[in-house]
Amino acid sequence: MSLNAIVTGASRGLGRALAVELARTGAQVVLVARESEELHAAVAEIRAAGGKAHAVAADVGDKEAIHQIAGAAAGLVGPIDLLVHNASTLGPTPLKLLLDTECEDFERVLQVNLVGPFRLSKAIAGGMALRGRGTIVHVSSDAATSAYPRWGAYGVSKAALDHLGRSWAAELGELGVRVLVVDPGEMDTAMHADAMPEADRTTLARPEAAAHRILVRIFEPAFENGARVAIGGGS
Amino acid sequence: MRAASAPRGRAERRLLLLDRESGAVGDAVLDDLPSLVRAGDLFVVNDAATLPASLPARLPSGAAAEVRLVRARDDGRRWQAVLLGAGDWRTPTERRAPPEPLAAGDGLQVAGLAATVTALSRTSVRLFELLFESDADAAWAAIYRHGRPIQYAHVPEPLALWSVQTAYAARPWAAEAPSAGVPLDWSLLSALRARGVGLAAITEGAGLSSTGDPAIDAALPLPERFEVSAAAVRAVSAAKAAGGRVVAVGTSVVRALESAAASGELRATSGETDLVIGPGYRPRVVDGLFTGLHEPTASHFALLQAFAGRAQLEAAYAHAERGGYLGHEFGDANLIL
Repeated sequence: MSLNAIVTGASRGLGRALAVELARTGAQVVLVARESEELHAAVAEIRAAGGKAHAVAADVGDKEAIHQIAGAAAGLVGPIDLLVHNASTLGPTPLKLLLDTECEDFERVLQVNLVGPFRLSKAIAGGMALRGRGTIVHVSSDAATSAYPRWGAYGVSKAALDHLGRSWAAELGELGVRVLVVDPGEMDTAMHADAMPEADRTTLARPEAAAHRILVRIFEPAFENGARVAIGGGS
Repeated sequence: MRAASAPRGRAERRLLLLDRESGAVGDAVLDDLPSLVRAGDLFVVNDAATLPASLPARLPSGAAAEVRLVRARDDGRRWQAVLLGAGDWRTPTERRAPPEPLAAGDGLQVAGLAATVTALSRTSVRLFELLFESDADAAWAAIYRHGRPIQYAHVPEPLALWSVQTAYAARPWAAEAPSAGVPLDWSLLSALRARGVGLAAITEGAGLSSTGDPAIDAALPLPERFEVSAAAVRAVSAAKAAGGRVVAVGTSVVRALESAAASGELRATSGETDLVIGPGYRPRVVDGLFTGLHEPTASHFALLQAFAGRAQLEAAYAHAERGGYLGHEFGDANLIL
């Protein structure tokens, strides 16, 4: 039986690379991103290579969109086995000092990076628990563990996302649902360029390489439930 | 019985007990459920998610109408559906003005997408087959963007989709909520597990409970899509072998399990079922039923008579009526065991 997967933030960067790589393993992949040509181009790329992919255009930070994502995805591919929370937002760029951050922007970062993943897992993990199997992946960042100036809103959201992963694992582990928190390290993505336009892109890892390493961890038969793993280390 | 007029949580629900053997009736609350069953019993739930099956439509004449999805015929482009006239759930379905008649080949707008009527049912011209003229991705997106849960006049406020989902919904097959399972939160499911009760799932696309069209309503329940997995068969076999009882959570679970045992033996089965269970039917798999309280006139009551005599059921319902129990999809629960 093939794996049914959802990847959020799948129109570009690491999410797109994860979707492509998952489809290559034979998974049916539902790519979620806000409406964009990039989303449909990513689906078309996977299909052209013989993979099975579907697009769901939705904003994970929008409460009303959660059942659209969970329902349309399960309607298209069946019960979900793997849920990858990759979508995230930095908030307004250039990144701002906390004292200059609008409260509304801080809330929006939490909605997309933390509350959205909670809501989507809530809609999907119950079915996983009943079937006694399923994997949820939280894509984190080193900003979750180290505090950097101007990364406050994003870092707080990722630190909380890490703990949300551990908390899910504590509750769902005995029901057969596994949770993995991965820090992919710095990668050459549009998000990275938005955050650090001055960075030398040639020194950054390719998202495809990070995606490959993440899938290796996901498919490991035994990992410590709720564990946080850093898989960075150049391309 | 008075209908519950809004969604209610686990803690607010009462539980009417009916002993299948003795006919004894008792009162409890839903939180008592773990103490009312035995270690080794198996609860089988329906993991179908509830569709936003009520879709706005525009007829060839330009008139507004409502399409209610009944069941998918493929990956999401083809559906069996029922047509209702203009208006919404606030008007009881039987009082809704009938829609303009459809003909095969008619083009409609459904959920903002172009769709074609590919066939009409012999039961009623309002029961038809619909084909979205888009790909499945676009069809599902439109259903979820424009659809609402089907609801009825006894619930005046518009329902959110999440208020009609179970805590373990996995795939959107149900036109209406498999409502018996909606109050079972994970706290209660965990308490059942801690008691030694097993949990297993089937999927059954629970269908419409009423359409307002006398010919369709007389034909309910319509055939439904269902799947009983090998894992569910193993769980049932293991429970029975160890002397446990199989308790169906909702009538849709009874229909699925008994359909999968139509050959005499429970087998992993996937397909459609037209099995109608009523008085005189002897269940092969299901020993007990955890369900809601519904009108004694409905097909629900006919199914219950496969588990208890009519006189016992009427006595239990009279007790519930006197005791102020609430009925319908957000009403109180009933354990027949």
